[in-house]
Amino acid sequence: MIRCETSGVEGTRGIAAAVAALVQDGDLITLSGGLGAGKTTFAQGLAGALGVTDRVTSPTFTLANRYHGRLVVNHLDVYRVNGAAESRDLGIDELLDDGVTLIEWADVIMAALPPDRLDVRFGFGEGDDDRRLEFEFEFGGGQWSGRASALMATLEPWAATPRGSSC
Amino acid sequence: MIGEAHDVAVEPPSIILGIETSCDETAAAIVRDGREVLSSVVASQIDIHARYGGVVPEVASRAHVEAIIPVVAEALAEAGIDHVDLDAVGVTHGPGLIGALLVGVSAAKALSLAWEVSLIGVNHLEAHLYAAFLEEPDLEMPLVILLVSGGHTMLVVMEDHLRYRVLGSTLDDAAGEAFDKVARHVGLGYPGGPIIDRLSTNGDPEAIRFPRAMMSDGWDFSFSGVKTSVVNHMRRHPDTDVGDLVASFQEAVADVLVTKARRAAREEGARGICLAGGVAANSRLRERVREVCELDGLRAFLPDREMCTDNAAMVAAVAWHRLCADGPSALDLGAFPSLRLPTI
Repeated sequence: MIRCETSGVEGTRGIAAAVAALVQDGDLITLSGGLGAGKTTFAQGLAGALGVTDRVTSPTFTLANRYHGRLVVNHLDVYRVNGAAESRDLGIDELLDDGVTLIEWADVIMAALPPDRLDVRFGFGEGDDDRRLEFEFEFGGGQWSGRASALMATLEPWAATPRGSSC
Repeated sequence: MIGEAHDVAVEPPSIILGIETSCDETAAAIVRDGREVLSSVVASQIDIHARYGGVVPEVASRAHVEAIIPVVAEALAEAGIDHVDLDAVGVTHGPGLIGALLVGVSAAKALSLAWEVSLIGVNHLEAHLYAAFLEEPDLEMPLVILLVSGGHTMLVVMEDHLRYRVLGSTLDDAAGEAFDKVARHVGLGYPGGPIIDRLSTNGDPEAIRFPRAMMSDGWDFSFSGVKTSVVNHMRRHPDTDVGDLVASFQEAVADVLVTKARRAAREEGARGICLAGGVAANSRLRERVREVCELDGLRAFLPDREMCTDNAAMVAAVAWHRLCADGPSALDLGAFPSLRLPTI
């Protein structure tokens, strides 16, 4: 697990860009956390760093957006989806065949997702007007385990202390 | 060029069945010559979705399948016509939820084949832009249209029939999405827009000064920040009066929308400002548009609430204009979840 802290939108985008340097075709990244915690901002930062020039907006209404950069970016949002069973309609398995897939509000459908994934949890810090975001990276399986140390190194600038190193 | 063709073309009288299933309403309508609404039937799934706190795609698709044929039959019956009187079927083929769109598109294709009438694919956003024309067919253009709904926030200049320029749109959340998410976060239920509208009448819109993102900066919108400000305010002041909170939130959103639409109308030499989309039903937004139009000598076009939200009459209206301008669609018409507004 890696804990990171940022003090605003630019920091969240920076972390996402750092992660983008390590992503590969077929990656699944879940983004969980409360309203306004930075999930869409992270998706924007990651897509931008992958060379997506289209505007990346919230997929809450459309459920799934697809962008083309250095890799294809599938940006999903299951805020409106009621539990794992209904997530089957989103065709996540098919999406995974092509590009990197980001899923916002993924906590409600976690059980239906493949175990090979990077889970990112977004929380609020103590901050008042300054938004302070806290990230937890967890390695769910084989697809990511080979990249654990690279990920840790790239996220060093944002690492919170003390930093866990369970992986 | 389309505009010119429109002025001189001999347009045959035609009766069009419109079908709309892009999100959570199953709707059918009969419209004559793109302007005279003979019937407009909407089967809402809001009661179903309220139990889940939002639109559930699988539930939505299933409910569309169950409702589509009865809704079409009711639209024909209410209009007092038979299917042999129809000249075409117009159907929303994007943007929207793919499963939901496919129900309408498949039904429209089947009816078009069986009844031997033209098929016309309609852009849902364009349909919203035409809602006002159903009430006032001779609206003067250019017109600034503020299209605000759960999935979209766009500032559009309509220069002539079927001729649009998108000045700006949202960088993150749609205005209606911000309403829904704030309502759910505060524990008010779904759909958030009407609930916040109602509760705001008991609140002080000046109680909390929420940020007005990008108000004097370009034409795009951003509603992610105001949403987060509401969250932060709740964390710091959990005892805030809910009426004050939502009234202040609503005021911030309306302020940005109206300020930009007003500036657009001035810079574009528009004859008026028109509201479209579900959020156009918001009382405070309507009031503010009316105010600025009065101050600036513009006309405020505020379609009836049932025309602002998803309906099939606006789909049939666009189908008629598109049929006149471009002819019918092919039977292999697809459904496109991310379809964009056709612009000049």
